[in-house]
Amino acid sequence: MIGQLIFLSIVIVAVVFFSKNVRKIGRNIKLGRSIDRSDHFSDRLAVLLKVAFGQTKMVKRPVAAILHLFVYVGFVVINLEVLEIVIDGLFGTHRIFFEPLGRFYGFLIGVFEVLALLVLVGVILFYARRNWIRLRRFKGVEMTQWPLTDANTILIAETMLMIAFLIMNAADYRLQQLGVSHYTSVGTFPISGFVAPLLPDSEFMLVAIERFCWWFHIVGIFAFLNYLPYSKHFHILMAFPNTYYSNLQPKGAFTNMASVTNEVKAMLDPSYVPEPVVQGSRFGAKDVADLTWKNLMDAYTCTECGRCTSSCPANITGKLLSPRKIMMDTRDRLTEVGNLIDQHGKDYSDGKSLLDSYISREEIWACTSCNACTEACPINIDPLAIIMELRRFAVMEEANVPTSLNSMFGNIENNGAPWKYSPADRLNWAKS
Amino acid sequence: MNQLTVETLHVPTMAEMIASGEEPEILFWVGCAGSFDERAQKITRDICKILQHVGIKYAVLGTEETCTGDPAKRAGNEFLFQMQAMTNIQVLNGYQVKRIVTACPHCFNTIKNEYPGLGGNYEVIHHSQLIQQLIDEGRLKAEGGESFKGKKITFHDPCYLGRGNGVYEAPRKALEILDAALVEMKRCKTNGLCCGAGGAQMFKEPEKGAKDINIERIDEALATEPNIVAAACPFCMTMLSDGVKNYNKEQDVRVLDIAEITARANGL
Repeated sequence: MIGQLIFLSIVIVAVVFFSKNVRKIGRNIKLGRSIDRSDHFSDRLAVLLKVAFGQTKMVKRPVAAILHLFVYVGFVVINLEVLEIVIDGLFGTHRIFFEPLGRFYGFLIGVFEVLALLVLVGVILFYARRNWIRLRRFKGVEMTQWPLTDANTILIAETMLMIAFLIMNAADYRLQQLGVSHYTSVGTFPISGFVAPLLPDSEFMLVAIERFCWWFHIVGIFAFLNYLPYSKHFHILMAFPNTYYSNLQPKGAFTNMASVTNEVKAMLDPSYVPEPVVQGSRFGAKDVADLTWKNLMDAYTCTECGRCTSSCPANITGKLLSPRKIMMDTRDRLTEVGNLIDQHGKDYSDGKSLLDSYISREEIWACTSCNACTEACPINIDPLAIIMELRRFAVMEEANVPTSLNSMFGNIENNGAPWKYSPADRLNWAKS
Repeated sequence: MNQLTVETLHVPTMAEMIASGEEPEILFWVGCAGSFDERAQKITRDICKILQHVGIKYAVLGTEETCTGDPAKRAGNEFLFQMQAMTNIQVLNGYQVKRIVTACPHCFNTIKNEYPGLGGNYEVIHHSQLIQQLIDEGRLKAEGGESFKGKKITFHDPCYLGRGNGVYEAPRKALEILDAALVEMKRCKTNGLCCGAGGAQMFKEPEKGAKDINIERIDEALATEPNIVAAACPFCMTMLSDGVKNYNKEQDVRVLDIAEITARANGL
C-alpha cells in the first residue's frame, strides 16, 4: 500500500512538472508571428505519416537510419509495456495484462525483449559513433560542452533503462520458474532468459533485484520524460507536429511579405487603398519574436544531428555558417526570452537579440540559399527561412549590407539588371 | 540539315509580334545573365536556335524585360524584389502572356513560384524542360551535328531547378539521347552541391573560409574525369568555368549548357 502511494505521488509529480514545462515551450512558440498552416489537412497528414512515422528522410544515411529505427520502434512499442507497469504500480498488481491477453502476452513480452536488445545495440553504437569513432558531423563550433553532454546523457539513460528492463524480466522469469506466488508464469523470455542464469538463486535476492529494477526502470522513465523539455531529445515528441506543419510549397518558393506588397502597391498606384496587415512593425527578424511560430517550433524540434551542417556548401568549405547552429541559437535565445518573461514580465528587454548576440552577420551572409539543409533535415526543419528573415531585417531595417550587394541593388533599381549595363542594350545579344 | 547561323537568327520581340497581330506560343524570358553576360549570351542564342529549329512561335520582351528581382529577394531586399516583380507582371499581363520558358533556374523559380502571389499567373518552364518536352514529342533529336557518342558528361544540378523545384530528370533526358556516357557526381540530384553563386553570392565576395565553393564542386566534377561538365544555369556556368580555369583544364574539360549541347548535337 505504501508502495502504491509512493508510486502515485511520483506519477503526479512527474506529470505535473512535465506538463508545466511543455506548456512553457508552447507559450514560447506562440511568441512567434502568425503564419497559416491550418490548410491542406490530408497533405499534411501524408507528410506526417511519411516523414515522421515512416522516417523516409532518414534513409539517406543508411547506418544511422537502421540504428535510429531500432531505437524509434523500441521507444514506441515498449511504451505499451510502460502502460502495464503504471497500472501495476497504481493498483499493486503484477503483470495485469497477462490474464486478459493469455498466450498473446508471452508473445508481446518476446517482442518487447527483442526490441529492448535492438535499442541497446542502437544506443551503444550511437555512443560509439559520437565518442570513439568521433564522426565529423558531431563536431563544430556549436557543439559545445552542453550539447555533447546532453547527447551522451540521453544515450546512457536509455542504456540503463533497457538494462533495468531486461534484468527485471530475468529476475521475474527466475521467480516464475521457482514457482514463487505472485510471479505467475507468463511465457518465455527470449532475451532475458539468457541473463537469468547469471542471477543469484536466493528467492529474497531475486525479489529484491526484480523490485529494484522495476522501480529503477519506471522512475527512470518518468525522470527521462522530465528531462526531455530541457534536451535536444524533445524531438521524439516535436517531430510529429513539426512535420505536420511542414512547408508544402516548393523549396525554391520564398514567402512574399504582405506588408511590403502593401507599400509597393501604394507606390506604384497612388489610388491604391492598403489592406490592413496584421504583422509586427518590423521587416524581417532581429529577435526570436519576429520569427514565425513555425520557425520557433523548428528550433525546439532540432535534435542537433548535423545533417544540415554536413551538407551545407558554406560549412563544407570552412565558412562560419552552420545551419544547425542557426537552429540551436534560435532555441537557446527563445528559452532565454521565455525565462525573462517569467521573471520580469512580457515587455522586459535584456538588450540582446538573436541577430548579433547569437547569430553573426558573417553567418547569415555566407548562405547560398541552396536548400541543402532543408533537404537534409529528417524532420523538415527550415534553417534557411530564419536566415532569410535575418537578412531581411539587416537590409530593410538597417540598410546594413555587404557593399557589393548594395551596388547590385542599385543596379537593379537603375538599370533593371544586377550588373551595370544599360537597359537599352538588353537585346544586343540578338544583333551581334 | 538546317544550317542556321547567327545572321539567319531572327529574334522576334513581343512588341513586334503584337503589332503585326500575331500571338506567340511561348514567351522566352532571357534573364539578365542571358542578356548581358557574354558567355550566357551564347546559350541564349542557342535556345533561340532550338526554338526556331523546331518551329515554335516565340518572342522575347527585349528591352521591356527587367530583372525578376531574384537576387534582391535572396539578399533580403523584399521591397526591390516586389517592385521588380510588379513591374514585370504589368508587362507580362499587358501582353496576356500564358506560357514562359526561361534560360535561368532563378528566373524560372521566381516567376513560377513567387509571381502568382503578386498577380502573375503563368505556366513557366525551364529550357531543360522545354528540351525534354520536344524530345518526348519527337520534335527534337540529336542528329546532324556534333557527335557526343562515348563522351563522358557529368551534369551539375542547379539548386533552384533541382532541390528548389524538383526538376532532376529533364536536363538528364536532354543528355541521354546523345549516346554519351552520363556519369553522376557523388553529390547529385537531391544531394547536389551548390556551385556557390546562389542566394546573391554571385554578386559578392565569399565569406572567409578554407576553400571556395565552386572549387569544391569542380573537384568533385573533375573526379568523374569528364569531357564535358553540363550546366543548366548561367550562374553555375560562371562558377564551374572559373573552377575549371582554376586548374587550367579548359582544354580538356568543356563546361556547356544543356541548350548548347542540344544545339550542337543538332548542328544548329
